[in-house]
Amino acid sequence: MKERFYQRDVISILEFERSELEYLFEITDKFLNYIDRKLHLLDGKIIALAFFEPSTRTRLSFEVAAKKLGADVISFAGEEALSISKGENLTDTIKMLDNYSDLIVIRHRLEGAAKYAAEIAEKPIINAGDGKQHHPTQAMIDLYTIKKLFGAIDGLTYGVLGDLRYGRAITSFIYGISLFRPKKVYLISPEALRVREEVLELLRNKNIVYEEKYNVEEVIDQLDVLYVTRIQKERFPDPMEYEKVRGSYRVTYELLKHGKKELKVLHPLPKVDEIDHGVDVSTYAAYYIQAKYGVPIRMSLLTLILGAKL
Amino acid sequence: MSEESTLVVSKIKNGTVIDHIPAGRALDILTVLNINGREGYRIAILMNVESKKLGKKDIIKIEGRMLSVEELNIVSLVAPRATINIIEDFAVITKHRVETPNYIEGVLRCPNPTCITNKRSEPIKTKFKTVSKDPIKLQCEYCGAIIAWNEIPKLIARKR
Ligand SMILES: [Zn+2]
Repeated sequence: MKERFYQRDVISILEFERSELEYLFEITDKFLNYIDRKLHLLDGKIIALAFFEPSTRTRLSFEVAAKKLGADVISFAGEEALSISKGENLTDTIKMLDNYSDLIVIRHRLEGAAKYAAEIAEKPIINAGDGKQHHPTQAMIDLYTIKKLFGAIDGLTYGVLGDLRYGRAITSFIYGISLFRPKKVYLISPEALRVREEVLELLRNKNIVYEEKYNVEEVIDQLDVLYVTRIQKERFPDPMEYEKVRGSYRVTYELLKHGKKELKVLHPLPKVDEIDHGVDVSTYAAYYIQAKYGVPIRMSLLTLILGAKL
Repeated sequence: MSEESTLVVSKIKNGTVIDHIPAGRALDILTVLNINGREGYRIAILMNVESKKLGKKDIIKIEGRMLSVEELNIVSLVAPRATINIIEDFAVITKHRVETPNYIEGVLRCPNPTCITNKRSEPIKTKFKTVSKDPIKLQCEYCGAIIAWNEIPKLIARKR
């Protein structure tokens, strides 16, 4: 199984087979035991972080994962990224990083940027988010969290709540669970943020039982997992469209009390105001546990792709 | 060519006849082939004529113009069941049935404005996978956007 990861590009969670993800999870279980130690599995390797779109959490998580493994990190972000994306094209930037590093992690505001980078670069590319489309490592973290909490990903009833139209984390999560056998998936969003046609098409092709809903209240008592995301203003082509839907849903402790006792709420973070602070300290909140798995999942992935001896 | 019996159009000497176009789509075909009539070719357009196969159909005859393989593929996107006859000296010398390719590269632009293929400064070609042939449905290999059959004419990339 190890060889399936070696030098592999990670563009979409859909490129993975269930057995491959299960293997990644096994390796991650092992890394959890060493999380506080500095390892030397990737000594001498250079990992490039090319964040053309700003991100703090994902970038830091990759950086920490790389450094814990002994790799060096080169990166640009913020203003520097902005001037690079203005001054030269993506093609030239990727070619440069391909010369300097052993692996490139890329985030970009345009869909397909990571796939395109993978076509240009000889070194492996990890997609850390491309526009509204894919965020495969986040999906890996989400699935791993569910595996740890429930023991299995199959057989559960999922509610995904938020911006299903423009949100990449939530789209990748839906793609991720489609690789397993969920009992049912409720796609919950305001009308304007309904899931895109290509996502529905995929669910139909994979015979996933799903239903679209406007209100989480209607289905809360059936859910095992409620996956919530924020509405991201910058994804909206029209700011007026954003104004219409902002604040259109809110998850409160009161709401969750109508659900199962074992119900868990996931969120890729950062959250704004879509989850009430009352939930944070409750047994429902799984998002802080989820956030902790970011580094070990990425450590496993980097180790496998770069073929370090485990 | 016998099916258009009620509407008389003279035969062409050398050129192309595109037959079995879905009724009402002939003008779309001319659009996708980038023919506007000012090139000077003699063109006959027959619309909504009777057809045994399709009930009604359109036909285009173009005098003095042959079609490349790429153009044939483009025609297939608008008229998946079209037949294309190459005429030389009043006789049909070859008869193609167009076939929708499994991948379409470079011909169409992606309708999604935030697709990497729409970024002007990158040397990148669009690539669509044919996810269904009847009716035609295409999916962008880069951003996943789905294109339905009736959206295709307006997405033909122009190389002017
Ligand atoms: Zn596209």
